[in-house]
Amino acid sequence: MRQFTYTCPKTIEEALKAHTSEAAFIGGGTNLVDLMKMGVERPARLININRLPLTSIEEHEGGVRVGALVSNSDAAAHAFIRERYPVLSEAILAGASQQLRNMATMGGNLLQRTRCYYFYDPSYKECNKRTPGTGCAAKQGFNRIHAILGASEACIAVHPSDMCVALSALDAVVQVTGPKGDRSIPFREFHRLPGSMPQIDTNLRPGELITYIDIPPITYARRSTYLKVRDRNSYAFALVSVAAILDLDSGGTLRQARIALGGVAHKPWRATKAEGLLAGKKVNERIVREAAEAELANAKAYRHNSFKVELAQRSIVRAVIAAGEKNA
Amino acid sequence: MSDKSPGDLSVSRREFVGTAVAGGAATVLPAYGQVTEPSPELVACTLTINGQREDIQVDPRVTLLDLLRERLHLTGTKKGCDHGQCGACTVLVDGKRINSCLTLAVMHEGSKITTIEGLAEGSNLHPMQAAFIEFDGFQCGYCTPGQICSAVALLDELKAGAPSAVTPNVAEVRAIEVTDDEIRERMSGNICRCGAYPNIVAAVRAVQSRSNA
Repeated sequence: MRQFTYTCPKTIEEALKAHTSEAAFIGGGTNLVDLMKMGVERPARLININRLPLTSIEEHEGGVRVGALVSNSDAAAHAFIRERYPVLSEAILAGASQQLRNMATMGGNLLQRTRCYYFYDPSYKECNKRTPGTGCAAKQGFNRIHAILGASEACIAVHPSDMCVALSALDAVVQVTGPKGDRSIPFREFHRLPGSMPQIDTNLRPGELITYIDIPPITYARRSTYLKVRDRNSYAFALVSVAAILDLDSGGTLRQARIALGGVAHKPWRATKAEGLLAGKKVNERIVREAAEAELANAKAYRHNSFKVELAQRSIVRAVIAAGEKNA
Repeated sequence: MSDKSPGDLSVSRREFVGTAVAGGAATVLPAYGQVTEPSPELVACTLTINGQREDIQVDPRVTLLDLLRERLHLTGTKKGCDHGQCGACTVLVDGKRINSCLTLAVMHEGSKITTIEGLAEGSNLHPMQAAFIEFDGFQCGYCTPGQICSAVALLDELKAGAPSAVTPNVAEVRAIEVTDDEIRERMSGNICRCGAYPNIVAAVRAVQSRSNA
């Protein structure tokens, strides 16, 4: 591991001031420490932000404001989150292990990096995300876990988070602060597709710090589900996951469906095509299947992951039907 | 090392790594043909480990796991994968279970850390340790300290009503119904390559039901 200097500021102002071009903020460290061990991340300065006052969960403008340093396990177990946004608790609990969720922070979860093997292991020379311009070993390599939507010639990695799939469906807003002041980033604009610059995962600017995640009030958010499909029943990343939240009228017609997919793209994938086709319809398997097929119509599979196209369609159907059977 | 004569240059692997962690390997034994890094700037840190206060100066790169094993010689906590994928390094920090391999020692300034060595009271085993013996919850034993630390924290999480991925309907906040599925899911962060899982579940179940009796 590269040597670094270490600081542990007590205020947000001190934390921002401590940030230099080769610095990294560390929250839970579950991903960053591992990447530093691997030599993928090589900060010259490490800024421990765990003493900053960003650890509360509060009602905010009818919704909820979650501090960036709340642990994933505390957020998932919080009564307010469970009762109003159960899909967020379910998504968090579907990821990692209790030990990791106890360490991992809400802000850090947004910033975790892909688990593409070729990115994670520097003994593979080709990785545009790790070293721009070197190529993508995954395209010709073992690409079973890789993207089927929104990938580029430069990168076919997927975003690994479960929590972010739920936050995408919930239209969360990421509050950040930085050298040029505060700003709000709608969740769908927080993460990037790889394009020609896969080394940049998010639209966070250098030196910016996530302070809060705001979730707006959604009266029908209990009519929701998080479905995760993976190689083993627990403690594994998603092959495909779906967060579905349904706004049904009393006659069972969909006013709005919110559907987000994990495990299929470089960012949590909001299924806007399917949502558009489902609006105004009564939920049944055939209608949802058609919407799912439309969403995946432009999917591009690689040698080992073509199964994900069908899996994603079936998962959307299963998740939407399951959400529809719940009470709002 | 105190029982060795001043001229005794033999050093065990653990003592060597411990010294390296403490002072920087390069200053002790420069490797031939390698450019030596400047010594790292050490950071002062105070932790309470199994009830004992430890004031240390540590390279900020040292993980909590390496501090415990190589510096403090608390080798009960095991290094399995060193990447947060196996759970062998599980310890309790301020009562919560974490993977000690994925966190830096300096990040735990002021924390209370409990390792497998700190669970028993004198010669009385912690009920979870006794149950692992009673139910034969291990074969080779390598994952066992992590399994036991994890299981101890699990009981507190159940008491606190924290849901898991298999808890039915997390939107209804109520007491958790303890089932084998709940225990399996909650222990999934601890891998056992001998496959002692059925007996581990039985041990955890027994301690849980006795503590409720």
